Amino acid sequence: MLKKHQGAEVDIVDRLPTPYGLVRSGVAPDHPETKIVTNQFSRVAQNERCSFIGNVSLGSSVSFTELREMYHVVVLAYGAESDRALGIPGEDLAGIHSAREFVWWYNGHPDCRYWSPDLKSTDTAVILGQGNVALDVARILLRPAAELATTDIASHALAALEESSIRKVYLVGRRGPVQAACTAKELREVLGIKDLHINIQEADLVKTPADEEELKNNRIHRRVYELLSKAAMSGPSHCYTGQRELHFVFFRNPDRFLDSDDRSGHVAGVRFEKTILKESAGSGKQVAVGTGQFEDLESRLVLKSIGYKSVPVDGLPFDANKGIVPNIGGRVLIDSSGDHAQIEGVYVCGWLKRGPTGIIATNLYCAEETIASISEDLETVLASATSLPKPGREGLLRLLESRNVKVIPFNAWEKIDIEEKRLGSLKNKPRDKLTTWGELLKVAL
Amino acid sequence: MYITKFSRLGAHMIKGLTRDCASSARFSGCQFSVDILFGYVVDKHRFFSSTAAGNAHEGGDEDKEKISVTFVDKDGEEKQIKVPIGMSMLEAAHENDIELEGACEGSLACSTCHVIVMDMEYYNKLEDPTDEENDMLDLAFGLTETSRLGCQVIAKPELDGLRLALPAATRNFAVDGYKPKPH
Repeated sequence: MLKKHQGAEVDIVDRLPTPYGLVRSGVAPDHPETKIVTNQFSRVAQNERCSFIGNVSLGSSVSFTELREMYHVVVLAYGAESDRALGIPGEDLAGIHSAREFVWWYNGHPDCRYWSPDLKSTDTAVILGQGNVALDVARILLRPAAELATTDIASHALAALEESSIRKVYLVGRRGPVQAACTAKELREVLGIKDLHINIQEADLVKTPADEEELKNNRIHRRVYELLSKAAMSGPSHCYTGQRELHFVFFRNPDRFLDSDDRSGHVAGVRFEKTILKESAGSGKQVAVGTGQFEDLESRLVLKSIGYKSVPVDGLPFDANKGIVPNIGGRVLIDSSGDHAQIEGVYVCGWLKRGPTGIIATNLYCAEETIASISEDLETVLASATSLPKPGREGLLRLLESRNVKVIPFNAWEKIDIEEKRLGSLKNKPRDKLTTWGELLKVAL
Repeated sequence: MYITKFSRLGAHMIKGLTRDCASSARFSGCQFSVDILFGYVVDKHRFFSSTAAGNAHEGGDEDKEKISVTFVDKDGEEKQIKVPIGMSMLEAAHENDIELEGACEGSLACSTCHVIVMDMEYYNKLEDPTDEENDMLDLAFGLTETSRLGCQVIAKPELDGLRLALPAATRNFAVDGYKPKPH
């Protein structure tokens, strides 16, 4: 936006006192290369026409309607901060968590500082899902903690992982190795963990003609399948006592969670229904269908990695079914039915626009599309009677001050940044994240 | 003429050795040879200035250590730049204000510097992409048979005349509902 419109001023409003969204709270600590993009984000935030306004929550600090009144254009880009549910019996039992919570926990998100998985009373963890988040979680559970000690992993998570008794991790998918949702980089990484026993049932690798067809058209799936086959063939068949194990389990759909015998309300295992693949009419894709055969897997720790979900905000149209804001090319629509009436001056971008998939580059293109829509509409927006001069940044800051909201500008975040790096240097880490709201605000203000 | 041939030879030697190292990483002599070669490359100027090539060619020498590369942007506009031997296309693009993203700054952790080599003949002159580069290319938009990451394409004499398209033109198809703007 800054590049395309030399007259534009852009304020980035964030509910956290820290910028960079998922790069800070989602990207795994042992992926420092991926985080380099924050250099680029910082340059944007330091542009004189751009301001970072942290610690401001949409809905409680300022409403969506108020933002619309104060700015010509509002772009919603608050991502997906909740989780999809399986909707099966027993989902509320203790010991069942979302992968997002686990990721926020090891990444030091202040909302998960006092959340903590029990890694000491069991040796087995079941992860439901086989996407990249599932692989991240598996890798963090299985990598020697000493290797994580020099990353920016949250110190509370490192301490828990150092004492972890988890030795076996099951990654369970509804479909087969041809349909696995992960990418080659993440898979290669988890398969390459030192001294890790990999278990893949060779029978699961058998391909049907429909599988062959799917692979022909999908380079990622082809390369993922090759890696899985290679791992299945090459690994030693026996593992020694105490060795860490990673089991890829295919063709299993979670049916219910099992309570412990003493009815303590703690999960004791998962019942899976075996599945086969059937072509879904018209889509050309294969879906998992139950076979009526069941199988239990014992585990006192279950992490659901079946997708993130966006949360609605008061006054903003929301498609609860898809978990996104209804839009065409980033233009927010009044509702998700056939009517394509647009809400003037309101746009959406990123996971809130497309759903929770894709990488940094995906969001780059996604943003370009939204900016193209804004550019096309801009003349109309500026000419419209309702858009007389808007108070913009000044108006927002005045309102926030009157509500006693402590704003964290970019230079206050830089104080947090410096402090985290200083604390990190004492522990041979690139940074030691501040992980409570109290600490973050104290250092920044 | 002599100088050109010589520097080409150097590049071929580097290429050969790199390949050697990759295939026999545990061979201890490998690191040693690279060191020698590196010393040779660094000392090249001194070497030439004390031989028949003489000082007179020094200006020309500098030009010969650069190759010409053309970037074609999403509107089909061409920009020809000179790229020093050894520099990546990502760095070269940035030094010349060509809009090629580089979110991970060349650390092979993203696909934003995706470029398309426009001639198969040139594509074949490049080393095959590594598994790590392929992992990132998997995720690139508008992937073609001759796609590479700009950070992994390093200028060498045989690439003189290389033409690279920015895949921006394919962005239109990347996201549903995008309407190209008339110009």
